[in-house]
Amino acid sequence: MSSQYDITETLDVKGQSCPMPVVKTKGAVDDLDEGQILEVVATDSGSMSDLAGWAEGTDGVTLLDQVEGDDVYKHYVEKTA
Amino acid sequence: MSTDNEPSAAGTAGSEIDPEEFAALRERVEELEESAAQRAAEDRAGNPREVVETETGEDGKKMTIVSTQGTFDMAYPPLILASTAAAFGWDVVVFHTFWGLDILHEENSQDLKLSAVGNPNMPLPNAIAALPGMDAMATKMMEKKIDENGTATIEELIDLSLESGVDLQACQMTIELMDYDEDDFYDGVTTGVGAATAIQHMAESDVQLLV
Repeated sequence: MSSQYDITETLDVKGQSCPMPVVKTKGAVDDLDEGQILEVVATDSGSMSDLAGWAEGTDGVTLLDQVEGDDVYKHYVEKTA
Repeated sequence: MSTDNEPSAAGTAGSEIDPEEFAALRERVEELEESAAQRAAEDRAGNPREVVETETGEDGKKMTIVSTQGTFDMAYPPLILASTAAAFGWDVVVFHTFWGLDILHEENSQDLKLSAVGNPNMPLPNAIAALPGMDAMATKMMEKKIDENGTATIEELIDLSLESGVDLQACQMTIELMDYDEDDFYDGVTTGVGAATAIQHMAESDVQLLV
């Protein structure tokens, strides 16, 4: 499954559960520059709702897309500020 | 409490509520609701906020959690909520008092126990759960599950919280009460604070929780 986005970094949080996907995403986004895109690969089904909620409630990030694959959930987060 | 439908109920309760005062209050509530709705609409309309950064700004949200329980299971909720709120860029304080202090105690935190007694979700009658060694067994089972599930350990969550800028505070009064030493706690834990410090942060917080 290749992504349509120009990904700068990929964060692998497979096998990790709440709150790790969100907390590590925040850490990884902090290391990006404005306009760069982070791909987050998780196996926690709760990450779908959690990352959406986090992106909604956090300034300077936009959730571009969430893709549910076979036991893998991919999230695309852009740093917008 | 349906004061709307039964005005007579207020009357029989001794007419404590002055109808005029009540009407004024209701008006004020409506005013506030309106201004909140207006502000939300402005936000939706895309009015830029002044602070646009993922770091905590002056306008950022604040949360205070008071952590009072020192059992294995009760160590998790405050640490998970605190580290997650920090990921939202919030300014977070967790004030640990009484048994909650053991979560920050470097040695004791390694040995927190789950109580097998008094937990209706345990597949054991209390009479058996009260036998020696049952708490240790229940804790072992839970630790195994946590490991299998990829859930972080308490120590990992403490490190994570501190790295994310969460202020983990150890109540000074309880430190002395329990005969602990300030050096007993994880590096980065704030000591020398009391209820007034907690209250001060609570008053400024958007979210306050007692766990």
